[in-house]
Amino acid sequence: MKVSISINGENVSRDVEPRQLLVHYIRETPGLTGTHWGCDTSNCGACVVLMDGKPVKSCTILAVMSEGHEIATVESLEVDGELDPIQAGFHEQHALHCGFCTPGMMMTARALLDENPDPTDHEIRTAISGGICRCTGYKNIVAAVRWAADHQAAAKQEA
Amino acid sequence: MAVVEQNLPSPETERPIGFGRLKRKEDARFIRGQGTYLDDIRLPGMVYGAILRSPYAHARIVSIDTSKALAHPKVAAVVTAKDLETLGLAWMPTISYDTQAVLAGDKVRFQGQEVAFVIATDEYSANDALELIDVEYEPLPVVVNARKALDPDAPLIRDDKIGQRDNLASPTWEAGDEASTDAAFAEADTVVVRDIIYPRCHPAPLETCGMIADFNPQTGQLDIYNGNQAPHAHRTVYAHVAGLAEHMIRIMCNDIGGGFGNKVPVYPGYVCAIAGSIVAGVPVKWVENRTENLTSTGFARDYIMHSEICAKDGRITGLRVDVIADHGAFDSTAQPTKFPAGFFHIVCGSYDLKASHVKVKAVYTNKAPGGVAYRCSFRITEAVYLVERMVEALAVEMGVDPIDLRMNSFIAPEQFPYETTTGWTYDSGNYAKTMRVAMDIAGYEDLRREQLEKRKKGELMGIGISFFTEGVGAGPRKHMDILGLAMNDGADLRVHPSGKAVVSISAQTQGQGHETTFAQIVAEELGIPPEDIEVRYGDTDRSPYGLGTYGSRSTPVSGAAVAVVSRKVRDKARLIAATMLETRPEDLAWEKGRWYVKGDPEKGAMIEEIASRAYSGEPMPADMEGGLDAQVIYDPPNLTYPYGAYIAVVDIDPDTAQVTVRRFIAVDDCGVRINPMVVEGQIHGGLAEGIGIALMELISFDEEGNCLNSSFMDYLIPTALECPDFELGETVTPCPHHPLGAKGVGESPNVGSPPAIVNAVIDALHETHGVDHVDMPCTPARVWAAMQGHAEPPQ
Amino acid sequence: MQTPASFEYERATSVDGVIAALKKRGSGARVIAGGHSLMPMMKLRLAKPEYLIDINDLTELSYIREEGEEIAIGALTRHVELLNSELLAEHFPLFRDAEQVIADPVVRNRGTIGGSLCQADAAEDLSAVCSAVKAKAVIRGADGERTVSMEEFHVGPYTTAVGAGDLLIEVRLPLRAGAGSAHEKVERRAGDWAIAAASAAVWMDGGKIAEAGIALSAVGLTTIHLSRAEQLLKGKAPTDELFVEAGEIASTDCSPSADGRGPVDYKRHLAGVLTGRALRRAVSRALHQEA
Ligand SMILES: Cc1cc2nc3c(=O)[nH]c(=O)nc-3n(C[C@H](O)[C@H](O)[C@H](O)COP(=O)(O)OP(=O)(O)OC[C@H]3O[C@@H](n4cnc5c(N)ncnc54)[C@H](O)[C@@H]3O)c2cc1C
Repeated sequence: MKVSISINGENVSRDVEPRQLLVHYIRETPGLTGTHWGCDTSNCGACVVLMDGKPVKSCTILAVMSEGHEIATVESLEVDGELDPIQAGFHEQHALHCGFCTPGMMMTARALLDENPDPTDHEIRTAISGGICRCTGYKNIVAAVRWAADHQAAAKQEA
Repeated sequence: MAVVEQNLPSPETERPIGFGRLKRKEDARFIRGQGTYLDDIRLPGMVYGAILRSPYAHARIVSIDTSKALAHPKVAAVVTAKDLETLGLAWMPTISYDTQAVLAGDKVRFQGQEVAFVIATDEYSANDALELIDVEYEPLPVVVNARKALDPDAPLIRDDKIGQRDNLASPTWEAGDEASTDAAFAEADTVVVRDIIYPRCHPAPLETCGMIADFNPQTGQLDIYNGNQAPHAHRTVYAHVAGLAEHMIRIMCNDIGGGFGNKVPVYPGYVCAIAGSIVAGVPVKWVENRTENLTSTGFARDYIMHSEICAKDGRITGLRVDVIADHGAFDSTAQPTKFPAGFFHIVCGSYDLKASHVKVKAVYTNKAPGGVAYRCSFRITEAVYLVERMVEALAVEMGVDPIDLRMNSFIAPEQFPYETTTGWTYDSGNYAKTMRVAMDIAGYEDLRREQLEKRKKGELMGIGISFFTEGVGAGPRKHMDILGLAMNDGADLRVHPSGKAVVSISAQTQGQGHETTFAQIVAEELGIPPEDIEVRYGDTDRSPYGLGTYGSRSTPVSGAAVAVVSRKVRDKARLIAATMLETRPEDLAWEKGRWYVKGDPEKGAMIEEIASRAYSGEPMPADMEGGLDAQVIYDPPNLTYPYGAYIAVVDIDPDTAQVTVRRFIAVDDCGVRINPMVVEGQIHGGLAEGIGIALMELISFDEEGNCLNSSFMDYLIPTALECPDFELGETVTPCPHHPLGAKGVGESPNVGSPPAIVNAVIDALHETHGVDHVDMPCTPARVWAAMQGHAEPPQ
Repeated sequence: MQTPASFEYERATSVDGVIAALKKRGSGARVIAGGHSLMPMMKLRLAKPEYLIDINDLTELSYIREEGEEIAIGALTRHVELLNSELLAEHFPLFRDAEQVIADPVVRNRGTIGGSLCQADAAEDLSAVCSAVKAKAVIRGADGERTVSMEEFHVGPYTTAVGAGDLLIEVRLPLRAGAGSAHEKVERRAGDWAIAAASAAVWMDGGKIAEAGIALSAVGLTTIHLSRAEQLLKGKAPTDELFVEAGEIASTDCSPSADGRGPVDYKRHLAGVLTGRALRRAVSRALHQEA
């Protein structure tokens, strides 16, 4: 079955089985392996991508179901060599160790700031509670999102 | 002198040359989604493996019919034990000198055991084919309870082992001295007895285990892509298991999505992938799913401990421990050879005891094998949990503040190096100081007042203490090895003519930030900026031999190797500099990055100038070869002994018994901190795991041996909402025998935090509900049961 | 990774089309909404539909609106919309209570009320919520549309009045004066299913409880409708003793089984505690005394 999806603004198309999971389509068709998987039960959040701007678990959506929707993955964050404030924040605040949960965490955080540019720590923790990080204990992830929120706001003010 | 100053280490600056809060180099790829984890790799012609696993915990295999699976158009092969027997691969050695079935032939011994390996052209078809294999089982009686495993009528699990008549996995192992311990108890004024379980849990790294094996039948070369924590040791094992020439095996570990001990052992799936590639002649990828990870690869703990502790005149004086270790169906525990219970005998903790005695025996049960160190150095977590729970119980019994009892009983600073009653030589410490820093951060007195006030209002608040000493950085070759391999690490440093350098190490990062910290060590020693130093690891063809990363050994062993190899280069640079400066080597002094003439500091040579000279046509010192390289293999003289004081504050809902960790204070002394940012990150991560273990992480089984926590729906890992905003502090007592004064830290927080949390839970409930013990995990149900006076241990 | 077995796929363009496809394809056909119950089961191969009808394009089934004396919620309305709806928060705040603790925010972006109710897992929260507020379910099948009460809706474990050829269309919540409601849940960890949960709604009249609705999740084979406790409260002034008594009924009338979340006695205890808490908050909300 031919499946066409807009991924990071580009239309991608391929003949796949209806049962193919979106996470596999993303990883195999455009070859964007930044989106990971870590469980089979929709619990870990390593596979989070944005669908029409909202974070979703791409292991729990079929590729065919995504036709007609805009998918954004971690690879879309950096634009023309400029890091997204979320990416910069993760680096600045040491919010990643092994890096495996990082793409899902960053995409979730990106969506949070798009909706709520000045979240409280508790709102940040709630937003990322659909993801598991085994390395950081989350403290620095919260700090990174905070950092991004502050820098984004400062950048906006300057502009 | 401006140049020299610029090169000084500056721990507080943003871009230090040596030690300090340097932002991580590896982040650049990870924040762009450009890491290369195992499942990201696709080789031309690659096929996919999947494993059929036993639904039974104990059953005879009557027959296996693979014909329907073989008829599947996308299936290339189905491998069973019979096929492996012809290759001599049906069984494999474990790290603990036991054997483990790669694919079960005679019978299955735990639920989830490997029975058949399917190879298909894609992953989905491989999974489909598993449903097409018919296996007839004849169920056998099951034993899952370690205490019952030694009953005379318990079913014999390891009938494959000649002479094995019971389920004892190893004979009783002892440490300490029984007679003097009896004497200490005889003269004690308080004795407390407890049965304490450290339940089975699982490291569950977010990336599961997997391998791509690529055997080239023309050349005999076997390339392996695999995220494991000890690539060189794995290669040696494969050479033994598969009978392949070691130099024709190349293991490449790219980025690893967490390990925590789970990626130390060699698993049947790996051997299947290798066998599959040898048979099929194409690359074979096998990646376990989450259920396979939780039910078949490397669990942790499962120690059933009976213990007594005693005190005299307000001090802790003696400790007795009797342990049953539950190894599951095969003994694949990860321990150095001479230590069947790992370093459990560090159980005497941070206290100056008169005597202690430890006995450990191990049993087989119909449960998955493993016994890996989930972010801990070889059973130290179990030891610390036990002693810190016992000390707390003793304090309650004596009616004294748990911190006072610890303070009274600590090993004093002047007693170091201190020989414990079980034979460890602790290198350094000032325990009371660290404890006080933790008390200050916590506001201990205020917390106790708050607790009293809350109690009056019917609210339940608990304050839990833990003080741990770890022994990490295994280890001295005279004392320990794994499978006969010394636990040493190599380092190979090459300074190129331009002054830029490559350091190759045998440690294997799974997220610990080696690319940054190891570059910082070279930078600190040679004054080369860290961005000009490439740290190489993970490829057995491009790194020196060594035993890898676990047991917090990277900095203690590999870090020391890098310091020593850097100093070797520096020494050579001195001789070259002397030639360049036309003076004698002994007239030169070193300052970051530069040899200069004593008394004439303007006259000197920077390391890059020396490097350039070393490769140039200019004369070298007499009898010296060109180049600026060095190699070492570091054999640590002792373990390093990091320690810490942890305080947990919990609130318990009096009606629903839900436990909330409101605050967690962690003061670690891990000696000199190379990159404090990375050290703190390690501590945060370990604390979250400790919270998980204390409150929710559990691998349990029903009577039939069905695993009840086989997915992340039931193997619960803390989210951001269960973790408080950790409060960290530090003291620095340099390790006297480590070239940098550093001690390991990666595992301290996982080791130290569970007892603090459980002690806090009991502290909240003792006064009002008479609770004096509850086992982990402190789930709402178990805590509620404890409040009703009938807490059940986990099964 | 675990992957689903093969199936055929169709994207529905109309409700009628779904009904027709369900009829044509028979028992092997299955509707997929958010997929957050169905997909995990398909990956674990506990569910193997042969024909999947994707209803996500039926935006006409996604709404929360006031219609006369009722609030109507389309079956395809997602958790996140229920969470953010000011209309629901005003009239039935227990929806927001529940939606804050159902799964996690990412799952809530996909899962739907229709999927939740049709899945009818005993631990699922919205079934109890809808039962407590005396909702009605509108079901359409080949023979047309019918409306059932939540008691009629819950047939048994994982079975509802929505038959193989049916589609749940909407949920209707009657609007009455003096309403207050609350949902209370105890979970092992954020994002987990309930150990036990209680939904309560009250309709106050002259300081008395004119009517009450109470339902429990996760403490029986299916959602538990606490009609005995509802009867008890009817016409009485709200007091702590009354709530305790209602809690005792909850503990008695539920039928939990022991599992990894806890033993039977603990779950019965929770049913009581949570029923009491939910009632207390429901009444205080009704009286606009919410702290
Ligand atoms: C990690 C995780 C945690 C969760 N935790 C909770 C929790 O704490 N509490 C809770 O209540 N839920 C929880 N859920 C379930 C979640 O709320 C699901 O979204 C919900 O149960 C199903 O909604 P869905 O739209 O995804 O349904 P689907 O998965 O699409 O469908 C579920 C079933 O309903 C049928 N169906 C769907 N829509 C219709 C319709 N309109 N008419 C007829 N049949 C239909 C489908 O055929 C299928 O059989 C959790 C889910 C996950 C993945």
